[in-house]
Amino acid sequence: MMQNTMQNTARGLIHPLWLRLCHWLNALAVLIMVTSGWRIYNASPLFNFQFANEWTLGGWLGGALQWHFAGMWLFAVNGLLYLLCNLFSGRFQKKFWPLSPSALLQDIYLAVRGKLSHSNPAHYNMVQKLAYLFVIFDAGLLIISGLVLWKSVQFSLLSTLLGGYDNARYLHFYAMTAMVGFVAIHLIMVALVPRTLLAMLRGR
Amino acid sequence: MRDKNEFLKEATQRINKQLDQEGRRRFLKMGLTLGGVAMLTGCDISDNPDVDKTLSRISRFNDRIQAWIFSGNQLAPVYPDSMIDVNFPFNAFYSEDEAPDINGDDYRLELAGLISDKRPWTLANLHQMAQVSQVTRHICVEGWSAIGKWGGVPFALFLKGVGADLSAKYVSFKCADDYYTSIDMATALHPQTLIALTWDGKILPRKYGYPMKIRIPTKLGYKNPKHIQVIEVTNRYPGGYWEDQGYNWFGGS
Repeated sequence: MMQNTMQNTARGLIHPLWLRLCHWLNALAVLIMVTSGWRIYNASPLFNFQFANEWTLGGWLGGALQWHFAGMWLFAVNGLLYLLCNLFSGRFQKKFWPLSPSALLQDIYLAVRGKLSHSNPAHYNMVQKLAYLFVIFDAGLLIISGLVLWKSVQFSLLSTLLGGYDNARYLHFYAMTAMVGFVAIHLIMVALVPRTLLAMLRGR
Repeated sequence: MRDKNEFLKEATQRINKQLDQEGRRRFLKMGLTLGGVAMLTGCDISDNPDVDKTLSRISRFNDRIQAWIFSGNQLAPVYPDSMIDVNFPFNAFYSEDEAPDINGDDYRLELAGLISDKRPWTLANLHQMAQVSQVTRHICVEGWSAIGKWGGVPFALFLKGVGADLSAKYVSFKCADDYYTSIDMATALHPQTLIALTWDGKILPRKYGYPMKIRIPTKLGYKNPKHIQVIEVTNRYPGGYWEDQGYNWFGGS
């Protein structure tokens, strides 16, 4: 696979096929999980607001739960495949290493001033690295807090670690908010640098 | 010969044009459908029978996963009495004043199916059995949860006492409020599954299921039926009030 990655680079391939598949399946999974999750949230809101039903999936609580507990398999299995492929292909190390705090500060400074370069889509700047690593962590948090909500008795150790069932509800909600926030910024960045969309579609 | 070629050429051109238009029309139609799908709410996607069937199938798959995850030894957490929710919510498919008003003296619990001693039980008989109590968290499928204290007879003891076939698949419950549900035998035999006769040390109030309910802290609220009239042990899938409308059957927590 290592060799494969090198060949890909030689052919000018930015994203290998497996990565593009993972990305779009994940996009679908996140869409299903977030919109059905909003409907489930509406059945017993944690805060003083509800999501507009037009933006939700499932039609009613029972339907939303069916979508959510079907979508969770796609989200989790696809996420696991993504991690495994990254680890074994060496892509993780290549894309995300090294992480440098000083380079991060510099990139944030440049980003805020609108001068951060995206000139080479094959290379992630420090802000991108951090954002992508964060969203991977956030997905993990969504799955773990989701497991506690789904089976708080059977996964009692996890439940205790997250501070109990009620706490896990808030954690799940905040992690969802972070995910939606990431997607929003991600989409804005894609709109600003449309080349990245092409790269994620056809690989280069 | 030349005329023939001209004719063929013209015909081909016409056919191509026609095909082109048809292709365009199909593309437009597809585009409209895609746009329509994108604009539809989830409700409409769920209304598609194929989608519905697939989701139901995955829900059955999730039943099996939950049965596999379920452990008869894994106890639901218990809490101190101080954490009991004094405003424990009433919850049903009807409002509180519509809850069935049952006369405890006339009450008979009927047994059916794969049970050797099917004699009906009076409320007094149930109260005469050894009683236990526990403070556990009731988790509703909607997401909220509340802590309560239920007391009564361990369901496993009751089932063994009446000679129920413990190798059967399901235990089903029919209630005085027309509610019905069913559980797997493994959960029925779980040490915390109770025939609940009291709430917070007092006779189970009407709103919480007088004269008796099944309290299962390893399952969601809708698997905790109230006002039970008939208990049946069976191998035929009995479904449930909400389960038949799409809630997951196992409903474990």
